[in-house]
Amino acid sequence: MTLTAIILFPLLGGVLAWAAGWKSAASARRIALIAAALQCLLVAALALRLRLAPLAGTASPWLAELRMPWIPQIGASFHLAADGLSMAMLLLTAFLGLVAVLVSEGASGRNGGGLHLCLLSALAAVSGVFLAADLLLFFVFFEAMLVPVYFLIILWGDLREDRFAAALKFFLFTQASGLVMLVAMLVLSFLNARATGQLTLDALELRGVPLAGAVALLLPLGFFLAFAVKLPMVPLHSWQPVTYAAIPASGGIILSGVMAKVGAYGLLRFVLPLFPAASSQLAPWAMVLALAGILYGAFAAFAQTDLRRFIAYSSINHLGFVVLGIFSMNGLGQRGAFALMVAHGCSVAGLFVLAGVMERDGGSRDMARLGGLWAAAPRLGAFALLLIMATLGLPGLANFVGEFLVLLGTFQASPRIAVLAALSTGLSAAYALRFMQRIFFGPRRGAEPAADLSGRQAVAALLLVASLLLLGLFPGTMLQAVNGVLP
Amino acid sequence: MLQLLWTVPALPLLGFALLALFGRRLPRAGVSVIGAGSVGLSAVASGLVAWGYITQTVPAAYSQCLWTWMEVGSLKVDMILWLDPISLVMILVATGVGFLIHVYSTEYMRDDADYARFFAYMNLFVGAMVVLVLAGSLPMLYLGWEGVGLCSYLLIGFWYDNADNARAAVKAFLVTRIGDIGMLIGLFVLWFSLGTLDIQPLMERAQLQWTPNSAVAVAATALLLCGALGKSGQLPLQVWLPDAMAGPTPVSALIHAATMVAAGVYLLARTHVLFDLAPAVQCVVAVIGAATLLLAGTSALAQRDIKRALAYSTISQLGYMFLALGVGAWSAALFHFMTHAFFKALLFMAAGAVILAMHHEQDMFNMGGLRRRLPLVFWTFLAGAMSLAALPLVTAGFYSKDMILWSVLSSPKGGFLLWAAGVVGAFLTGLYSFRIVFLVFFGEEKGHASAKPGPAMMIPLVLLAVLALGAGFVEIPETLGRVALFSSFMGVHAAEASAVLGEGTQQVLAALLALGGLAAAVVLYLLRPGIVKAWVATPSGAALQRLCASGWGFDALYGMLIIRPVVALSSLCRDDFMAVVWRAVGICAEGAAAGLGRAQTGRLRFYMAGIALGAVVVLALVVLL
Repeated sequence: MTLTAIILFPLLGGVLAWAAGWKSAASARRIALIAAALQCLLVAALALRLRLAPLAGTASPWLAELRMPWIPQIGASFHLAADGLSMAMLLLTAFLGLVAVLVSEGASGRNGGGLHLCLLSALAAVSGVFLAADLLLFFVFFEAMLVPVYFLIILWGDLREDRFAAALKFFLFTQASGLVMLVAMLVLSFLNARATGQLTLDALELRGVPLAGAVALLLPLGFFLAFAVKLPMVPLHSWQPVTYAAIPASGGIILSGVMAKVGAYGLLRFVLPLFPAASSQLAPWAMVLALAGILYGAFAAFAQTDLRRFIAYSSINHLGFVVLGIFSMNGLGQRGAFALMVAHGCSVAGLFVLAGVMERDGGSRDMARLGGLWAAAPRLGAFALLLIMATLGLPGLANFVGEFLVLLGTFQASPRIAVLAALSTGLSAAYALRFMQRIFFGPRRGAEPAADLSGRQAVAALLLVASLLLLGLFPGTMLQAVNGVLP
Repeated sequence: MLQLLWTVPALPLLGFALLALFGRRLPRAGVSVIGAGSVGLSAVASGLVAWGYITQTVPAAYSQCLWTWMEVGSLKVDMILWLDPISLVMILVATGVGFLIHVYSTEYMRDDADYARFFAYMNLFVGAMVVLVLAGSLPMLYLGWEGVGLCSYLLIGFWYDNADNARAAVKAFLVTRIGDIGMLIGLFVLWFSLGTLDIQPLMERAQLQWTPNSAVAVAATALLLCGALGKSGQLPLQVWLPDAMAGPTPVSALIHAATMVAAGVYLLARTHVLFDLAPAVQCVVAVIGAATLLLAGTSALAQRDIKRALAYSTISQLGYMFLALGVGAWSAALFHFMTHAFFKALLFMAAGAVILAMHHEQDMFNMGGLRRRLPLVFWTFLAGAMSLAALPLVTAGFYSKDMILWSVLSSPKGGFLLWAAGVVGAFLTGLYSFRIVFLVFFGEEKGHASAKPGPAMMIPLVLLAVLALGAGFVEIPETLGRVALFSSFMGVHAAEASAVLGEGTQQVLAALLALGGLAAAVVLYLLRPGIVKAWVATPSGAALQRLCASGWGFDALYGMLIIRPVVALSSLCRDDFMAVVWRAVGICAEGAAAGLGRAQTGRLRFYMAGIALGAVVVLALVVLL
């Protein structure tokens, strides 16, 4: 029941905020904030309970689950389940949801209630994705994530960008690849029914379906395509920079911090367990592709002058490491990928908070017109510095734990790729420091925002800083969470 | 007492946290107390730990496990502190000299608007360095290692409104990062070869499992060496160090003496067991050290900026330490590190006093005659310069450099050529040290020197001057009466030596060359300054001077070989050429839509014809297939 509540509760909060929004944007925001905070508590309480008392003595890998018939004719059931990996992702989702609501632009006049409805329903959909143990249910939540993001871009996006083009591009890429995944799901279920006579779409029961011939490669590729677009992996990334540029900062936090991780989560949850043989066959290619993304993202990020596009390409760079770790096919690399998913979620959310502050009151996000901001906004500068250090993988901050383990795992799988990926961290240092230098150091140029971090934004920044430091120095609990899920 | 070990890194880090969070709301006095006090207490704690270590009934290394950092499968990385003679010397120097630099900074930075930020960074710097040297596992060492890099970045770019400073800071970070990547890969090699990353087990397993000069030993040590070359400013990664002078002068003192640059020397000394198993790499270390000391020594001769001249002298002295490490004489390298920490901190801080008195003038050719205006600064600087030049018998630098030179000559891994490079370097050192002294403190007075520095600056200078002259007496060579406190504390016993020259002969030669350098400086910069001026006026002289002044043109070389291609590649990626494919898909779709849209004419005739044609095609297919 708690599992359903985790999905429904933000939705309820969103509807209430939307209703309140007709009267005043401020009360909508207050309600949304309370809902997001309660959601954090709810997920944290569940995580704590499961940690203290997992389902002992059962063969099931799930710590908690709920199963109800849904569409028996095609074998689909309403099956929610949580293990360590999904609990960790749920915690990240709720936490970044709180951060997003904290810094939301809700008071800007355009109906703040609707904005919060979109944010919170996006949270609900993502939570559903992390809980779904049935393929069709997963697909429904996976597609449901698109809708709020689409409206966030169209209705509350940056007026300086071509919002409609961005929203369309985002929708087309994810929708098209999602449909390919749906076909792969149905074919898999069909093949299973033919082999065993049992009609099911359950993720666990579909493990070990005998596959042969072209299907054995095409089916995993169908899943892979959808997740690669979500991450995104080069060369399927072209929706991402425009989307990051147009989306409001609060939506960007959820899109980049959590939804991008759905891609990596899908690889770990579905592609590897459903198609173990094909995965190890595809792994070298996936690693090469990941390396290409790492390098491409790093070079492109170095050349960007737009704050948002910088965030986009640096994300591509980092998520390449995540894919690299996943397809290293060993425990070190995959745990590193998991740690990096969480860490990058926090650090990229921080960059979006930063972007939100910079753009407040029409501030410029063109780095060529910024400079010397530290003097006027030392708190913002310190926050940015910490994010930049996390981005370039400074030990002591969360991202390092992920990168270190990913590289170690990759080194085991392929020393050559690991060396190249390690060398690319020199490039990430270069683009990260250039970002810092352009905005905060040097002489002032006049397009800088006037105000420092304050109020809610400062709270959000503090939360993110604390999580990056805690996860960087004491990653033990986080790494233990996926024991039993990953090798 | 030993249980206090964790407070040595914790105190400066706590100071950093307090200053970072509340620094801007604290009064200056409060900032000074926290900033200098935390490092002072840390130095006291180091002293207590040292006392506890020495008075152990059975001398043994001490370790303190704080918590487990990462644990995945068989990989277990602990946050563990490891105290042995090597790390003990390092923390004593880092916190002791660090404390003096902090005290000095309270006066030097008095009028800076960002007083609290400065001390916050400085505390973090000392904290990170202590973490580095106390680390019991390589990933934790890497944590301190990168922390030191971060602090150098922050402090070199401390005056950030000048874009040049920020650029120098980025340069320092990136150049050292390149070395660090090598080191990180070295960690991977060690992990897969030996199955642990804790330093002591690593050494034990390496001795059991590696054969000397095996591929894995060479690869692992060469990769570790990359990191050390970056941090310690050795060829070919020395280019960041001279530019690091952009930071406030106390920062230069901290980077060059007690912390950052020592890290590479420390890493090689800490892992000397591994390097002993890879003589090929040791040979490379020695050659790099010798080449660096000569190159930097000649570069120091051509600098106008007093801090840049001192920076090149640091690179050169680090070259001596690498030379020693390369022949396996790691305790000699550490001894020279210690004396160098004293006299180089002294030289930088005295130079800072001069710069402050000259209203931030750093060009030595605009100074002169300052020994009358700033007598105490002059005497302390002179003590530092004498120690740097290794003037025989009375200076600490003499004893440490002598130990290195004798090791190089007598060790089977060394040899005459390496030793010759060392003694030529000794001549250069004498020359450039006293060039600075004569240009700054002698000759006619130029410019206007203002008020003398106060006690917060002078007391550290005097203390360091005493150490710069006297600290060498803990290790006196056999020929002069044999004291071996330092090397016996390190657990190193003098091996039977054989060399082409006797120990006494080589000492006399080296001493003569150092004195020769002093004499040459007297002639060229005091008595007959015309000689240099006339020579520089000739075309070949001018060219050589330019080459030396630019540090042998490495910056230009790297700009062409590395920076230009990277920038070109990145501007190629800026507009995301891979997205073009998808844009083409979009254009095709739009074209198709426009084409098919034209079919929607609204004329019934056209539709009927279409339907008929379609029906014919379908029927034909059915019939034919």
